[in-house]
Amino acid sequence: MSNEPIIRVRNLHKWYSGVHALKGVDLDFHRGETVGLVGDNGAGKSTLINILSGTQAPTEGEIFFEGKKVRFKGPADAMEAGIETIYQYNSMVPTMSIARNMFIGREPLKWSVGGIGILDTKKMAAESVQAIADVDLHLRSPDALVGELSGGQRQGVAIARAMHFKSKVMILDEPTNHLAVKETQKVLGFVKSLKELGIPGIFISHNIHHVMECSDRIVAMARGEVVLDKRVDDTSMDEILDVL
Amino acid sequence: MKRFLKIYLEKPELAGVAFLLLLTVVFQARSGGVFLSAANLQGILGLLPEVALVAVGVTLLMICGEFDLSVGSVFALTPMAMAVTLEAGWPFLPAFALGLCVALLVGLVNGVLTVRFAIPSFITTLGMLFVARSITVVISGGFPPLLPNGAFPKWLFVAYVGPGDMFRMSFLWFVAIAVLVTLLLSRTNFGNWVRATGGFLPAAESMGIPTKRVKVACFMICSLLAGFAGSLQVMRLGAPLPSIGEGLELQAVAAAVIGGTALTGGIGTIFGGIIGATLIRVIDNGLVLSQVDANWFKMVLGALTVFAVILNAWLRRKAKSIKVETGK
Repeated sequence: MSNEPIIRVRNLHKWYSGVHALKGVDLDFHRGETVGLVGDNGAGKSTLINILSGTQAPTEGEIFFEGKKVRFKGPADAMEAGIETIYQYNSMVPTMSIARNMFIGREPLKWSVGGIGILDTKKMAAESVQAIADVDLHLRSPDALVGELSGGQRQGVAIARAMHFKSKVMILDEPTNHLAVKETQKVLGFVKSLKELGIPGIFISHNIHHVMECSDRIVAMARGEVVLDKRVDDTSMDEILDVL
Repeated sequence: MKRFLKIYLEKPELAGVAFLLLLTVVFQARSGGVFLSAANLQGILGLLPEVALVAVGVTLLMICGEFDLSVGSVFALTPMAMAVTLEAGWPFLPAFALGLCVALLVGLVNGVLTVRFAIPSFITTLGMLFVARSITVVISGGFPPLLPNGAFPKWLFVAYVGPGDMFRMSFLWFVAIAVLVTLLLSRTNFGNWVRATGGFLPAAESMGIPTKRVKVACFMICSLLAGFAGSLQVMRLGAPLPSIGEGLELQAVAAAVIGGTALTGGIGTIFGGIIGATLIRVIDNGLVLSQVDANWFKMVLGALTVFAVILNAWLRRKAKSIKVETGK
């Protein structure tokens, strides 16, 4: 069981009217392993991630999650299964508080009728404070607006959210884009801490230095295909740049 | 202390509240004390629910990031549908229910067209403004239907109640509905979804919120409240006119904006919308009492709308510049 990949992707194709964005991708993601996914713009990595996180449907091919064939109808399905995605910007609502952002779409309710009900705000405040402290991020109040946080703090909250909901796989889509150097280090620290927690991660970045720093394995994509799949120790920056 | 100041300066309805207090003082002085007399307050509170209920719905929808210009027409269509069926001999309850269903249907069409075809709700509801108004005139046959005495239960909707007959029943309906919608927005998961949908759509979508359904629901609530408000007005006047509510859609938007609701969505409160609607009523009434030419009303309303937004933006900048640590 433990040797079985947590995610298996087989023969995945995606067509956008006239563009063959994914050309039969086969990939395995293993437990306890952080995979760095690199590639140029238009290489197909975002398409692959969108399919894994449920925001797009593949044209052809299969995905197995924990050995079972899955077909996500939307992001909620993927999150339900345990795949959490952290996007460079769009996973937080700046005009809402940290506590409310933590629980968007998964609010704890005191009681409900037909899925709509009264928020358990006390639980939301307490659990968000705990979740943020767990990722070693220090924020004074869960009522602060996310719009007032720095880019690195926002990613920290997004990661805290993913941890809180006990995600089984964490996808980080360009989490270090547009961040200052210090903030970037903080986010890379979060990514490394995933490994200590035994949560497999898929880390997408333009920056090969960042990817090399915190991944166990590198997958490079170009023109909709996987062109390199090696352990970090068995490859080098030059080799990766070469295939891209 | 600084923290409290910051929290209050950030309240979007602050500018509206400040204007309301200021105008109350001015009108009280200018009218020689008549403005705050019981008789005048009775007049303001009697009319307030009709505009304010529309403003509540429009505010909710604007927080969700959408717009409804058809509320003025629904304000007329709902009671007209009710009146026509009453005239045809239906009892009150089914006729009233039919009117409200028409309002819900208009909201549903507005919402589905907007999200299904991804067109700006400004356009969909502008179209609906004309369509609903036209239907109203057509079903009225050009003449307002004659309603028999006792066609609707006035005691339940428009009769005076309270100490010194201070309120109309419509005011109690308004308070109850305003509290419900406020709780819906601030205390339920649906309210969280509304704010997320209007605040930043891609985030709401990536977190798996059914944003399309949330929007359609807000369109329907908005339309329903406009229809209910129109019904209240018709019951108060006793006759359904096909022309009521003209220009109301823009007053409602003005009320929401004065109350601090952002056109871009995500920011605003129901209370703010109510404050905005109250301001509009207060200006209308106060100008008359101050013996100012009533034609200045729109001028004041327009100036206030723009000024309130500027003041709000300024207050929010001030709040931001107050340095209170959010982290370390």
